Amino acid sequence: MGESKLDLLQGTLDLMVLQSLAAMGTQHGYGIARRIEQASGDEVLLNQGTIYASLVRLQQRGWIAAAWGTSDNNRKAKFYSITRSGRKQLAKDAAHWQRLSDVMVRVLAMSPEGEL
Amino acid sequence: MGAPRRVLARIYSFFRKPPLDADFEAEIAAHIELAVAENIERGLTPFEARRQALVRFGGIDLAKYQQREARGIMRLDILLQDLRYTIRSLSRDRGFTIIAILLLALGIGANIAVFSVVNNLLLRPLPFPDAGRLVWIAPPPTKCGLSCATYSTDAYDEFRMFSRSYQDVTGYFAFSGPGNLDLNLGGAPIPATSIDVIANFFQVLGVQPAMGRLFRPEDGNNGAAPVIVLSDAWWRRQFNADPKIVGKAFDMNGNQTTVIGVLPPTFDFGAVFSPGAKVDALTPLNLYGPPRDYGNIITLIGRLKPGVTMGQAVPDAAAAATHMCWNNKQPGSCHQYTGAVVPVPLKDYISGKLRRSLVVLWSAVGSVLLIACVNLSNLLLARAAARTKEFGMRTALGASRFRIVRQLLTESLVLSGAGAICGLVLAAALIAWLRHQQALALPLLSLLHIDGAALGWTVLIALVAAGLFGLLPGLRMASGNLQDSLKDSGAGSGQGRKHERLRSILVVTEVALACVLLVGAGLLLRSFLQVLDVDLGFQPQHAASINVDYDDSAPNDKDGSLGAARRGVIFQQVISRVSAIPGVEAAGISDYLPLGQNRAWGLPWPKSIKQPENVHGSPLVYVITPGYLRAMGTGIRGRDISWDDGPKSRNVVLINRSFANFLDQYAHWPNHDAVGQIIGGNGQEMLVVGVADDVHEESSEGEAGWQIYYSAMQSGPSGAQLVVRTTLPPAVLAGTVLRTLRDINPKQAMAEFRPIQSLVDHANSPRQFFMLLAASFAGLGLLLAAIGIYGVISYSVTQRTQEIGIRMALGATMAQVRRIVLFKTLRLAAFGIAAGAIVSLLVSRAIAALLFNTAPSDPIAFAAMIVLIGAVAMLAGYIPARRASRINPMVALRNN
Repeated sequence: MGESKLDLLQGTLDLMVLQSLAAMGTQHGYGIARRIEQASGDEVLLNQGTIYASLVRLQQRGWIAAAWGTSDNNRKAKFYSITRSGRKQLAKDAAHWQRLSDVMVRVLAMSPEGEL
Repeated sequence: MGAPRRVLARIYSFFRKPPLDADFEAEIAAHIELAVAENIERGLTPFEARRQALVRFGGIDLAKYQQREARGIMRLDILLQDLRYTIRSLSRDRGFTIIAILLLALGIGANIAVFSVVNNLLLRPLPFPDAGRLVWIAPPPTKCGLSCATYSTDAYDEFRMFSRSYQDVTGYFAFSGPGNLDLNLGGAPIPATSIDVIANFFQVLGVQPAMGRLFRPEDGNNGAAPVIVLSDAWWRRQFNADPKIVGKAFDMNGNQTTVIGVLPPTFDFGAVFSPGAKVDALTPLNLYGPPRDYGNIITLIGRLKPGVTMGQAVPDAAAAATHMCWNNKQPGSCHQYTGAVVPVPLKDYISGKLRRSLVVLWSAVGSVLLIACVNLSNLLLARAAARTKEFGMRTALGASRFRIVRQLLTESLVLSGAGAICGLVLAAALIAWLRHQQALALPLLSLLHIDGAALGWTVLIALVAAGLFGLLPGLRMASGNLQDSLKDSGAGSGQGRKHERLRSILVVTEVALACVLLVGAGLLLRSFLQVLDVDLGFQPQHAASINVDYDDSAPNDKDGSLGAARRGVIFQQVISRVSAIPGVEAAGISDYLPLGQNRAWGLPWPKSIKQPENVHGSPLVYVITPGYLRAMGTGIRGRDISWDDGPKSRNVVLINRSFANFLDQYAHWPNHDAVGQIIGGNGQEMLVVGVADDVHEESSEGEAGWQIYYSAMQSGPSGAQLVVRTTLPPAVLAGTVLRTLRDINPKQAMAEFRPIQSLVDHANSPRQFFMLLAASFAGLGLLLAAIGIYGVISYSVTQRTQEIGIRMALGATMAQVRRIVLFKTLRLAAFGIAAGAIVSLLVSRAIAALLFNTAPSDPIAFAAMIVLIGAVAMLAGYIPARRASRINPMVALRNN
């Protein structure tokens, strides 16, 4: 099915999760996964289950916090929210990605040398 | 700041696995429910909604695995899993596990014990602060025993003054005999051993008291109140560890002596300076009292200044030697120590002689462990062969090779860990036993213990052993072909054969190693027997000795003749009373006994000729009564000392054959006979009345030196050892002899009646100790090799059950089957023996220095080794051979 979809680069998922939480405020795992899928225009190949490894990682670093709560339609779920140090980290990582992607754009824009 | 926090979180998660797993399960369930609800809202059927939700989620197990990996410590999880599995599978195979742990416990335990001994004697510094700076100062060995290994008090003072390398120099009186201190607590005096040390002794060594104080310079002055320092052991044994002992005074040798301190348990004078003899107490040596003119009496110990090397200390000592006089009042006695003051590190003096033996022992015990590892490797190979299918199955289910090797190594580590723990217990028991072998003349024995280094060594050898015996089967397993192993029916297949070849090679290695051990032990055993066979010049059997207390002081005794006469009367009475005891064949007194202490009084020379310049050495002096030589069983040509050889009559001596022959080279006596000749020494003339057999006075192994025997009524003895030759076991006589002595002299101490044999045993004890250890290691090696042979043959019989069944069905007799199996065994053993014999020839040359009257290629040792291993191999092969011959062909063919 997903031949045309992008494989996630190592570390990008963590950044996406942080950004989603920063944008949406408190959210549960399913909500975060849906948000990433929608934001990417269904371009990334995401097994929703894989975000939980990312969530645990971020939580252990203290960048997000988690608590059980009740959803809008009255369902029990675990809700995540970004912490202050998480926001700092997000700013740092986002800047890093921006630079990397700029570099990639420039590199890929080069025309083959020596070709007449 | 995220990283350390994450590590803590991971560790926390590791220990809270079940609740975290449950939490995550609930979260997944919530996720799916949310997704299903949304899908239904989008208009899907409940079934389709759930299906799509699950598809979008991906593998639930994979998510769990990833989450756990991110959350906790995956490696540790796997390790725990491996451990759990290992323990399950090992406890299923209980017989194998017990044998494996037992093999390892023996191998590792022996290694720990020997390491502790090596560590104690060679690796660890002596138990003194900054022990590397302590040196022993003595002349190179010469032919006059302890008298030539010691210095006079004048020489001590001069050495201290003229040497520049030393912070300070101390020493002790070298001629104190055992039982020289009589403790009177009312009732019969209790004998103890005390050594006189120079007052700065403990400062130089750096020993602190456990209680009270140690000596001050004034304790050794003329007229100082008698004081004593107790050893920890004596304080506990004799004084019930009295915590208020310091300051109490006791009657010792008739003087009220105050206990000023107790030594710490870590300082045991005997263990350091006189191995195998216990020293109960230390007393200050009065350098300026009577011992002043006794001649050479002090052994020297120095502490080098910081930074001074041995290379500087040796020439410095040689330079100081030129200033040292035997006696300041005799200018002629100066320069006599030139070339005879040589410092060596104290540690070399104490344990240097044992270095070679210890290294040999260490290698032997290492070989034992190696054999145990080879054996286990073999057992594990057999086990691995049986588990091929299990591993094939696990590989098929997705386990990586690495994971399987890891599992096998975990098993090895668990086995070696358990073996190491059992080995540690074994070693602790062995060491506790060794520590209490007080008769064993090995230094520092009482300080033996398992320390941190030994524990580290244990961990190291356990790891190395696990690697050694675990890696081969592990690699074997991992390299096997998966399909083959699943298809392989076991018996008679290619895999089985390959295994068998490898296992045979291992067994041959094992046998070869056992051969080397056996040859080594055999050579040491032969040497020991040779030592026992040495003609010592006296007959130690059926004789015993006891320390006799006597009082020969006489008022107004100007030249000592009154005391000598009185001594004669006392000794004659003692000997005639003891000789009258039924069962006593002969009795006599000497001040020193062979293989114990000794001293020399210079070199007597034939009266008729002048002594050349370049003769050195002097005979060891024994002051004896009539009957002593007969009681010792030493032969005499000429006559013994007689009771008439008193202070008023002509001075007489006996000399031994070697000394007589030496003097005869210069004197050319008629018929080369010393009897009847006159020799002079110490300003007096002495008639040689007899020539005695050569006695080994310092060790069984060394050459017999020179001896001279004086009459106890003409020279002053340093004590009295009554020697009794009896037809009865000495222990039977002990009570009667002591009662007789106490009857004659109520002050006689409750001295021990020691068999003369114990002197010889004591002298031979280091050799015996090393021989016994080497022999037990060789025995262990042989046992392990036998188990190895049995294992391989037995396994191959099991593998070939079908083949044997067919042979028997085709008419092979039981005897023929047995012969096939035995032949196989013999072939393995023969290869092993051949390899072992070659290696032994090389190795035995390396231990040649430890042998006594035995060639390194001693044919008897080699032949005995071949016969022994051959016989043991046959026995190990016979059991499976018998089983093979009892195979019922019908059953064998039907099976499988």
